[in-house]
Amino acid sequence: MVSKPHGGKLVNRVATGRRREYLLEEAKELRKISISESLAADVANIAHGVYSPLEGFMVYDDYYHVLYDMRLANDIPWTIPIVLNVSREEISGLKEGDDVALTFKDTILAIMEIEDIYKWDKKEYCKKVFKTTDTRHPGVTKTLRRKELLIGGSIYLLNDIPEPFERYRLWPIETRILFEAKRWRTIAGFQTRNVPHRGHEYVQKAALTFVDGLFINPLVGWKKPGDYKDEVIVKAYEALIENYYPRNSIVFSVLRMEMRYAGPREAILHAIVRKNFGCTHFIVGRDHAGVGDFYGPYEAWDIFKEFPDLGIIPMFIREAFYCSRCGGFVNEKICPHEEEFRVKVSGTKLRKMIMSKQKPPEYMMRPEVVEVILSFENPFVE
Amino acid sequence: MSEEKVAIHISKELYEKAKKYVEESEGEFKSVDDLVEFVLKEVLSEEIKEEVFTKEEEEKVKERLRALGYI
Repeated sequence: MVSKPHGGKLVNRVATGRRREYLLEEAKELRKISISESLAADVANIAHGVYSPLEGFMVYDDYYHVLYDMRLANDIPWTIPIVLNVSREEISGLKEGDDVALTFKDTILAIMEIEDIYKWDKKEYCKKVFKTTDTRHPGVTKTLRRKELLIGGSIYLLNDIPEPFERYRLWPIETRILFEAKRWRTIAGFQTRNVPHRGHEYVQKAALTFVDGLFINPLVGWKKPGDYKDEVIVKAYEALIENYYPRNSIVFSVLRMEMRYAGPREAILHAIVRKNFGCTHFIVGRDHAGVGDFYGPYEAWDIFKEFPDLGIIPMFIREAFYCSRCGGFVNEKICPHEEEFRVKVSGTKLRKMIMSKQKPPEYMMRPEVVEVILSFENPFVE
Repeated sequence: MSEEKVAIHISKELYEKAKKYVEESEGEFKSVDDLVEFVLKEVLSEEIKEEVFTKEEEEKVKERLRALGYI
């Protein structure tokens, strides 16, 4: 059986049929607030239940509890505030109780009832969420640039955002029905923002050994310069799955959601999101959602101890390496050999090789995947 | 919910553990009855919350999943 949605109920705030027509007419008369691509993705994620039990952007009470207690005001685990930032000018004359239309690229995306308008201390937010205010952290820089006020309130989605990977866009209601149709009782979710190397493949297959199905769910959307472009990640996974994965045990789908690089807190958020997709298990990697050396390599594992009521089982699979004595991919727990026989597959090392158009060896990356990546003139975000 | 009460039987060993838990709960639970009622409510409310899709919703979703090659 797939997992229960976080908070008990899968949220659906997508207006359809006559209700949508009526709200759309109403929205045309409302004050408009233009939002960024990342926020538009948040709106869609709220409406389609990816962020269940949230029905809108957080009001102050939830924001405060999430920031300081890592729980919503009703005590349900939640670690990163989902907030809508606005400038004073954008909401001048508006008050709590008013409705506004949220627009993205001149299209009305959603209608929102403003339930709360409040200030936020962005440095305090960074300290709590990112555990640093160091501007070398991409999440910190991005947060400090955001507008000075937050507005909270429930939303109704009127138009979905365009998705270049429409073929791979699945919402929680769809994955839940899909997993049931496949008769999977246990599903491991895998979060990624990278092209797959052999270490990833090892971790995914190790997890799949213990569950019925694997849900590979890369994040697409804003990422920091130097990360792989979305289309490269999608194409690389297509090549890997086609050549090396049992098709009946895999579901591949993309999720438009901003990477926050918030390490441990983000690992919990990623687990909650996959729980809403129906996963019963979630693979937590080494330095999950980390960046630079801002977090300890296993900090994202430790934080799960604080959430016995999370409702999804974390799978802590050790980092894999190639051992020439073992003759394959292994991890520290199962390999008795010395360091000299071990080759670690580092993302940084691979990136450097790819940047210089060098082909990484097969024990690091599958040749079909390499071929796809090298077919792009520049596979990296600039 | 009706306030009428019924008796249930649990093992002596479990009862003793529950009693100790109540004593250590610093007043959160007044009695073993209170604790048992709380635990059962928690478990049963989870069951009640279980989602159900309408047949129509499910068919519509399956149609899309078939079209995309997932099923």
